[in-house]
Amino acid sequence: MGRYLLRRLLQLVPVFIGTTFLIYWLVWSVPGDPFAGKCGDRGCPPNYRAMMTEKYNLDESIWVQYASYMKNLLQGDFGITFGGREISDIIATSYPNTLKLAVVALAIEAVIGLGAGILTGLRRNGFLDNLVLVSTLFLIALPVFVIGFVLQWLLGVKWGIINPTVSNEMRFSELIVPGFVLGSASMAYIARVARTSIAENRRADYVRTAIAKGLPMRRVVGVHLLRNSLIPVVTLLGTDLGALMGGAIVTEGIFGINGIGRQVLRSIVTKESATVVGIVVVLVLVYLIMNLVVDLLYAALDPRIRYE
Amino acid sequence: MRVSKRASGALAVGAAFALVASGCSSGNNDGGDAGASSDGAIVIDGTQPENPLVPANTTETGGGAIIDWMWSGLVEYPNNGGAPQNLLAESIETSDSKVFKIKIKQNTKFHDGTTVKAESFVKAWNWAAYGPNGAQNASFFSDIQGFDEVYTEDPDGPDGPQKAPEPKAKDMSGLKVVDDWNFEVTLNAPTAVFPTKLGYSAFVPLPDAFFSTTPAEFGKKPIGNGPVKLVSWQDDVEIKLTRFDDYSLRDKMKIKDVTVKIYQDDTAAYNDLLAGNLDFQQQVPVSALAGDKWKTDLAERAMSSTTPSTGIIAFPIYDKRFQNPKLRKAISLSIDRQAITDKIFFGTRKPADSWANPLTPGAEPGNCTSCKFDVAEAKKLYAESGGFQGKLTLSYNADASHKEWMEAVAQQIKTNLGIDAVAVGVPTFAVFRANINAYKMTGAYRAGWQQDYPDVENWINPLYVTGGSSNDGKYSNPQVDALSKEATAAPSLEEAHKKFAEAVKLIDQDVPSMPIYFGGQQSGHSEKIKKLELTNVGELDITSVEL
Repeated sequence: MGRYLLRRLLQLVPVFIGTTFLIYWLVWSVPGDPFAGKCGDRGCPPNYRAMMTEKYNLDESIWVQYASYMKNLLQGDFGITFGGREISDIIATSYPNTLKLAVVALAIEAVIGLGAGILTGLRRNGFLDNLVLVSTLFLIALPVFVIGFVLQWLLGVKWGIINPTVSNEMRFSELIVPGFVLGSASMAYIARVARTSIAENRRADYVRTAIAKGLPMRRVVGVHLLRNSLIPVVTLLGTDLGALMGGAIVTEGIFGINGIGRQVLRSIVTKESATVVGIVVVLVLVYLIMNLVVDLLYAALDPRIRYE
Repeated sequence: MRVSKRASGALAVGAAFALVASGCSSGNNDGGDAGASSDGAIVIDGTQPENPLVPANTTETGGGAIIDWMWSGLVEYPNNGGAPQNLLAESIETSDSKVFKIKIKQNTKFHDGTTVKAESFVKAWNWAAYGPNGAQNASFFSDIQGFDEVYTEDPDGPDGPQKAPEPKAKDMSGLKVVDDWNFEVTLNAPTAVFPTKLGYSAFVPLPDAFFSTTPAEFGKKPIGNGPVKLVSWQDDVEIKLTRFDDYSLRDKMKIKDVTVKIYQDDTAAYNDLLAGNLDFQQQVPVSALAGDKWKTDLAERAMSSTTPSTGIIAFPIYDKRFQNPKLRKAISLSIDRQAITDKIFFGTRKPADSWANPLTPGAEPGNCTSCKFDVAEAKKLYAESGGFQGKLTLSYNADASHKEWMEAVAQQIKTNLGIDAVAVGVPTFAVFRANINAYKMTGAYRAGWQQDYPDVENWINPLYVTGGSSNDGKYSNPQVDALSKEATAAPSLEEAHKKFAEAVKLIDQDVPSMPIYFGGQQSGHSEKIKKLELTNVGELDITSVEL
């Protein structure tokens, strides 16, 4: 177990370097001069451009730029934006907001998705099963921004139940609707995966044995059936945290949440490689760690899986 | 020219002219309730300033609006678009439009309690003009004597290996402090429009505090001399402003607190406006304009105004295929501007019929004869010009909503002249501008102009004079240059306007570009606000707000 963990952690290093370079290179390759559009139709004065070019090493090759960026990053210096803001500040203020939103979304999709999956998996082809089937199909088919705008307009503007946008305090109650919007598609998938998994394991030998032994139904389902059926669901949920954080850009925009989505979008448009990489570096870490956690959870859920 | 930096980039031009908004804004306009106003607070829509707030280094609307509220300059542009009036200046005197004696009002204060003196202007202008400081608005000071010595150009451009040489002087020789309340400005050449320019935010004074810290530090907690002062600025969230009680230049603010809430998406802001969480949105989103939805949503709280900005399609005259004025005029005449403003912009913009925006002092309405829609004449001129070979591309930046109208223009040219015209979207404004700046355009392209200061000069010199700062198509007519030079150096504004009118007649014959529409702005406010006005550029005049 310990060796497995160490090996996995060491694997993070090349993945980390590879992703940061790829992202740096991608943003660097976005065509256009970062200062060409900055001052409007008039264009920036040459002296301004010269000053910024020198300040941000923009006249150096990508290798030099990336090397100096990584050198600073390893010393904990994320650099500054073209507007002179500390990128570490941006990360520190925007990440918690996105994380909160993603966790709420994850909780909603876990509770509703899993609940619906278990209920329909145990009682297939009933009315509830068909209802969930149709509504999940509906959620999967609708793009996030449609659900977001419709809910915002109906609940926020038409009926006045919620505020159309989330306040700076990011209260939990305000995040329920944005969280639902963000997690809606994944919720539908989780309901479907959980349903199939449970329906399949329902016919497994060990379940029949458990029932034959005369165990109460609650124990059969709660301990034996659920635990084994959860593996695909946990895989989905675990990797989803990273996906939700990276994919929150639309939801953040609709509900005015000051998260990483707007920062990434803004920095890609203005060609600020350092900001994009800084934010994505943390996102990559979230992905890698969540993957590791999911793998370790497998062992806890399924006694047949052991890590050497 | 300030550029809007909202991520959704809904309307590239985010500023407007003042058609006094209060008149159409409120049915029971009894001037508001003085009690509710005096300690009232409003929340208005804004965008995150791109840079620390230093007036000479701000060229986008998000930061520009805050700077306009936090600072008061020598002159101000009245909300009704009329001639500039003295604000901080007691008097601006000149006999030859070359040497200006400026006297400022005594004992006005900065927000930190220090006094605004003549020196506050001279030091601020010298800082902005000094090349190595890299201020984005440095070129505004190029009229002043000695600018060449403090601002040196990079000999091989910013991409070349050489750097701009160190300037010979730190201060412009044309600026002289006489005493605490008087200073003298000497220009390179007579410039009648100079006092008008002084209302632009690059010319505001700066307190001593600016010079004892770095611009970046100062810009995070800026200290101005305007009707509001900064309380706090939380990046990407909000900027809190409050009334400056020692303000004495004109009416103090009637309300107390203003919170500028920073939105990433204008639809989110609009929904907050409808739900009553936001009190003012300068430009409602495009999605609300379709079918006049915003008018239904906001009823009497919807405010329509026209803006001193023009949507233009320019020709790359450096390309041989575009060098025949007859061809350019034929193309211009084949465009039905009325149809475009009606059908694409739902009547929110007006078809262009003059070279300078008609809201600008000195502009003459209707002086663009090539802006008419005359297919017969267009066909005749097109035949005379020898036609156009190949594909005529009309490029635009696809990150803002230009696609629809550019495609409509292309379709009209195609239908009316038989030219294979096609609208081509360039992904981002940055790439689009980079191509224009490098003179690499191979077809006509979208341009836009929003005046920096209200005078017809601002619509001619930068755009149509050889070497003008935004003459991107390299249009050059020696007669236009000569007339504009005479006009600029005229001793009075009236004479200057007359000469510019003559120059415009020549420009009208050459058709270096095609004005298509005049800008419009659609704003909305909450039920809480009983009275408000917009400034000459369409920003909220916060001193006018009553609750």
